[in-house]
Amino acid sequence: MSALTIADVERIAALAHLDLTADEKTRFARQLADILDYAQQLQAVNTTGVPATAHVHAAAGAERDDDLRPSLTPAQAVANAPDAAVDAGLFRVPRVIGG
Amino acid sequence: MAASTARAIRDDVAAGRVSAVEVCRDAIARIEASNPALNSFLLVDADGALERARKVDARRAAGEAPGPLAGVPIAIKDNLCVRGMKTTAASKILASYVPPYDATVIERLEVAGAVIVGKTNCDEFAMGSSNENSAFGPVRNPWALSRTPGGSSGGSAAAVASAQVPLALGSDTGGSIRQPASFCGVVGLKPTYGRVSRYGLLAFASSLDQIGPIARTVEDAALTLAAMAGPDRADATSSHESLPDVAAALTGDVKGLRVGVPRSFVSDGVDEDVRAAFDAALVVMQQAGAQLVDVELPHAPFGVPAYYLVCTAEASSNLARYDGVKYGYRSPAAADGLQAMYTRSRSEGFGAEVKRRIMLGTYVLSAGYYDAFYLKAQQVRTLLRRDYEQAFQRADVIAMPTSPIPPFGLGEKADDPLQMYLADIFTVSANLAGLPAISVPGGFVTREGAKLPVGLQLTGRPFDEATVLRAGDAYQRATAWPTVAPGQLQ
Repeated sequence: MSALTIADVERIAALAHLDLTADEKTRFARQLADILDYAQQLQAVNTTGVPATAHVHAAAGAERDDDLRPSLTPAQAVANAPDAAVDAGLFRVPRVIGG
Repeated sequence: MAASTARAIRDDVAAGRVSAVEVCRDAIARIEASNPALNSFLLVDADGALERARKVDARRAAGEAPGPLAGVPIAIKDNLCVRGMKTTAASKILASYVPPYDATVIERLEVAGAVIVGKTNCDEFAMGSSNENSAFGPVRNPWALSRTPGGSSGGSAAAVASAQVPLALGSDTGGSIRQPASFCGVVGLKPTYGRVSRYGLLAFASSLDQIGPIARTVEDAALTLAAMAGPDRADATSSHESLPDVAAALTGDVKGLRVGVPRSFVSDGVDEDVRAAFDAALVVMQQAGAQLVDVELPHAPFGVPAYYLVCTAEASSNLARYDGVKYGYRSPAAADGLQAMYTRSRSEGFGAEVKRRIMLGTYVLSAGYYDAFYLKAQQVRTLLRRDYEQAFQRADVIAMPTSPIPPFGLGEKADDPLQMYLADIFTVSANLAGLPAISVPGGFVTREGAKLPVGLQLTGRPFDEATVLRAGDAYQRATAWPTVAPGQLQ
């Protein structure tokens, strides 16, 4: 049985940029442990010398000419931003330096 | 008219027996009548759809070929970008996102003359098997309103099964086209990985995702595939493999076709009535001239754990882009710096299942667990692919039930994610191996007095959609199970 502590859940949540409520932490600790326990059955499969499949088809013909094509205008690119300086074509975010 | 097939509508529009505008008005009226009960559509773009239908009629009037899907109303799963049309992936984090571009499949369907009528509900970011993970409420199964239509493309399947539209697009990462097609008694095709461009599909698990059609006939699915398939410079994983004339491949003839049955794999944990429907379907195939052969897929039982490790790992990476900067939701309580803004926006914007999968994926990719979980899952994926290669030396298609259980009640599995995942046992392996697979209506079971559809799944060799479609079409001709739920406008 793999047990997942609240501290484990908090460490993963920090890596994933998620802030969980106390209730979510308790629930996820139990549910993720259930799922990981179930996934332990893979350890029974002999995979010695078996290559990993990251992708099913070898990416043949994935190269193309590097030619110019129309793309979004700066105004279109920032149009969905929750906070943007549309005329300048910039995304606005909370201050990161100084303060 | 929307209860007609896409093929019949196309023929009528091309011959001038009906206008695309009339067909479109009919579809919109149907959606407005049944959507309050079903919640299958998140957005209906009536004005835009009529405008697009007028263009199809104008093309025909100008003597141009109106296209292989001329005037056919089509619903689009809400994780596919349509320019200028709100696209939310059924997530609060994208609740107001309006894409500035079309997915490649949208461009191609419009060239083919299809008329986009709106966006369909789904599980948030296509993560789920019941459509209960939508931020905008669950979809109801047209055959039994207390039950799930399946997921994640539940809105698309319910829209087709209720004759709101004859055709819809879904996306399939671990069964999200086939399982709802099965639960709603319609046809759902997941093409070979790479057959259809993923450009403009909001990414969930990039090595598994494929876009495909949901329809009431195999022929309509074939027409739609033909309109969408082919290489795309915007998706480096799209294939140059040419697609044969799949509509012409539907000869109805399966004499000598070898249908592989993985008997030991399909014997465990399958609902008795689903099993009986599956056995009956095999008899139908045999009577149509197909030859049943036993095949083994020894690693298929490991498909669910391998799938949930691979897909969550990819999801944790793909969903890192939702950070409250470039698009989507930003927490109003985000004044204490950039890190806090990212974290709060994501925590308030994502629903429970999406968080759970991001957490699981982050865990399996983290130091100390990568080899034991993620790498191991990818090695098992290789073994599963080899199982299929072996099986396809003896068989031309492989038959399985689409789902081991019939449509279940809303809320029945909502608190136990592992139980929900286990029901994906028969669909995930086609994604892990990148194979084409179809679910066709495979009969009914009765629960609480309601007739509930079950699906027959047929899986084929890479890029051999033609054989999968031919087999599915032959079965559909031999059985002709109803594909519009009772009580819906016929």
